[in-house]
Amino acid sequence: MGLKQNLHNLKEKYKGTKMAPLFNGFHTFLYLPNETTHGGTHIKAADDLKRTMNTVIMALIPCLIFGMFNAGYQHHVVTGEVERVTGFFSGNFWNLSNLWIGAIKVLPLVIVSYVVGLAIEFVFCIIKGHEIEEGYLVTGMLVPLIVPVDLPLWMLAVAVAFGVVIGKEVFGGTGMNILNPALTIRAFLFFAYPTWMSGDKVWVHDAVAKSGGADAISGETVLGSLAQSQPLDYSVADMFFGFIPGSVGETSTFLILLGALFLIFTKIGSWRIMLSSVIGALVMGFIFNFVVSSGIIGETSKFYGLMNLDFWKHLLIGGFAFGVVYMATDPVTASQTNKGKWIYGFLIGFISIMIRVFNPAYPEGVMLAILLMNVFAPTIDHYVVQGNVKRRLKRTKVKTA
Amino acid sequence: MSKDIRIKKGLDVKLIGSAEHETTHLPLGSLYAIRPDDFHGVIPKILAKEGTEVKAGQALFYNKSDERILFPSPVSGKVTEIVRGARRKVLEIKITANSTQAFEDFGTKDVSVMSGEEVKNHLFTSGCWPFIKQRPYDVVANPNQAPKAIFVSGHASAPLAADLDYTLKGKEAELQTALTALTKLTEGKVHVSVASSKSPLAGLNGVELHNVSGPHPVGNVSTQIAQVNPINKGEVVWVVTPQDLVVIGELFLTGKFNATRTIALTGSKFKTPKYVTALAGANISDLVKGNLEEANARVISGNVLSGLQVGENGFLGYYENQVTAIPEGDDYELFGWNKPVFNKISTTRALTFSWLNPKKKYDLNTNTNGEHRAFVVTGAYEEVFPLDIFPMQLLKACMYKDIDEMEGLGAYEIAPEDFALTEFICVSKQPHQKIIREGLDMMREELG
Repeated sequence: MGLKQNLHNLKEKYKGTKMAPLFNGFHTFLYLPNETTHGGTHIKAADDLKRTMNTVIMALIPCLIFGMFNAGYQHHVVTGEVERVTGFFSGNFWNLSNLWIGAIKVLPLVIVSYVVGLAIEFVFCIIKGHEIEEGYLVTGMLVPLIVPVDLPLWMLAVAVAFGVVIGKEVFGGTGMNILNPALTIRAFLFFAYPTWMSGDKVWVHDAVAKSGGADAISGETVLGSLAQSQPLDYSVADMFFGFIPGSVGETSTFLILLGALFLIFTKIGSWRIMLSSVIGALVMGFIFNFVVSSGIIGETSKFYGLMNLDFWKHLLIGGFAFGVVYMATDPVTASQTNKGKWIYGFLIGFISIMIRVFNPAYPEGVMLAILLMNVFAPTIDHYVVQGNVKRRLKRTKVKTA
Repeated sequence: MSKDIRIKKGLDVKLIGSAEHETTHLPLGSLYAIRPDDFHGVIPKILAKEGTEVKAGQALFYNKSDERILFPSPVSGKVTEIVRGARRKVLEIKITANSTQAFEDFGTKDVSVMSGEEVKNHLFTSGCWPFIKQRPYDVVANPNQAPKAIFVSGHASAPLAADLDYTLKGKEAELQTALTALTKLTEGKVHVSVASSKSPLAGLNGVELHNVSGPHPVGNVSTQIAQVNPINKGEVVWVVTPQDLVVIGELFLTGKFNATRTIALTGSKFKTPKYVTALAGANISDLVKGNLEEANARVISGNVLSGLQVGENGFLGYYENQVTAIPEGDDYELFGWNKPVFNKISTTRALTFSWLNPKKKYDLNTNTNGEHRAFVVTGAYEEVFPLDIFPMQLLKACMYKDIDEMEGLGAYEIAPEDFALTEFICVSKQPHQKIIREGLDMMREELG
């Protein structure tokens, strides 16, 4: 009783003051508030936005943990300290020295992302006097998972500040934004610091610091080497389980798949978007395979490497799976109608692979594809909704005719 | 085309405390009240000033916009108080009942030989007109418009709703008379829907019968209208509840306005949920005496989704046949937002486990289970919303007051109660029914 009562008294004391949203923001993390219904329905279902967001975060945690081990593993592999893994439960991967590297590199990214982002949210909530919305909880977790492990913290801080203010708050905060804030942050990093973000060094810890020296190590991602038409030197199992270099949390297709199943089962993530994106990507990949096999593009072409990749392998490499499962499904920026979700998802998959193949300078297409479709989602919805409106009008006309 | 109405989308909210089939006949209470707000959109002009003696059926006030529409007293007695609110708005007209009931005599009529105009005028003078409501806007019907059809839903699917098959038992004669009267009022058909062949409404003549099946809101008239004969722009459909049909039928048969109905006392805060008989406008405390666990209870006139919070000293709504009492939920719950939930209903499976046992009955309280937020989640409303309408888009159109868009999206076809389920499951805890009500009011004001 003690804590609950004390907090209740404090809440009453600060009610109506500028700081009330801030206090409530923390209070509601501890206790479900004592609010009751007024007018309208007298009972409410169990879910609130915190629970929804929390479910997404739970689906992200395995990716985060795997990403921490992988950060250390990739570092140790290129420095020659450990051998490549042979199976998923290999001790070469799941060991404390890998985790240690991951912890010192990844946890700061998480902390900076949350501290900067939430601080900005708090400031805006206090200025506008509304409750703190939970949108950033997921964004803050997504951001460290989609950046390279060696990203300087100050760059991350600048990008988060930009993304939250321009990507979200100027539109009116959670629920009003047009672009996915996490991807806005990622895109900002990509366009503001292109030399840093698009090189082949940032994907493995220490690769940048050691570049040019005697003990220089390579940190090429699978996509990077494919874009240069180099042969694939990772097995399908490696790519599926995620023992490859890449952004922190997006390498393990296996864990992303588990997260996707969890999101679909809990009905939080839209299976329509996920499924149609995969279909879109496969269709585009298949078209490229066809183009290569029918001899239109020869081995000398700079697109050959990625075009020739078996169409289904596109799902395993790069950030495609992660983007489709966790970011394309963001309900605020995705299409809001069920039919629209099919179109939206399909185009994301389709365009992702197209950008990936045709833009060798930056072979990761999923980010741009999702941002592009975010912009078009309201248009898609508009036409879907107009279909409903027209059907209704037609009914009237049949009647009067 | 099949005449059956079957829907898949929706949600049966299963709660503890459904009424047992046992009716207590209560003695006449002492205090009654009529709330003009029950008749949405009506501006009352008082006929019976404070101190007037009224008979049951005598008009208390009329509608400012149409003086033929009278609103009668359910009971004979004395108008003791007219409670007014801000800007002298009439909130309640309180009537202290006499011990012996005197009825205004409207004369017995043979409906079968009456014309539509005669039926209409009889309903006006006897004060039975307000029982007829209309779509669009969900208000008391405008008698100057001709309805394309009249709908009666003989199946109540709302949580803990009164079992109409039970409450209407033995009223076949009244129902038949009233329905015959209604058939005179429209060029189109009178549609009656029932859930089982045992319903007293099932064997009546002159109407189009529909069998309904599916989850709530299959019993909502809007759902049935949409399936049978959807409303287009410029069209009007009238709606009457079966319990009001009984009153209309009795009026024609006996000449008396008898607003007695069987009320279901439901919800977990009743010691024995059961049925009682009472007049419209009855004092709640008379109905629930000795049966209610008073501590921390919310007493609702109507059902938990779209009823009105009245408290123990409030009065039964004019159209209601149900009183619900559930626990208030004004307490904090430690880590209530992330711990697994077994004792609440949810349509997701986000560590909520109501999907494990779909038959389980729940004891829900009035806690909002979270704070008000902007619309974020999409695709959830559609799962519980059976109409061919985009619920979130329509809600947003109401919020930004775009009448053209509301019209296009189907605002003519809906009533606030149709958005009760989407409001119930809303993750952002938005007040859907209020948004819709305000949207419809605005449309009505602008378009007439």
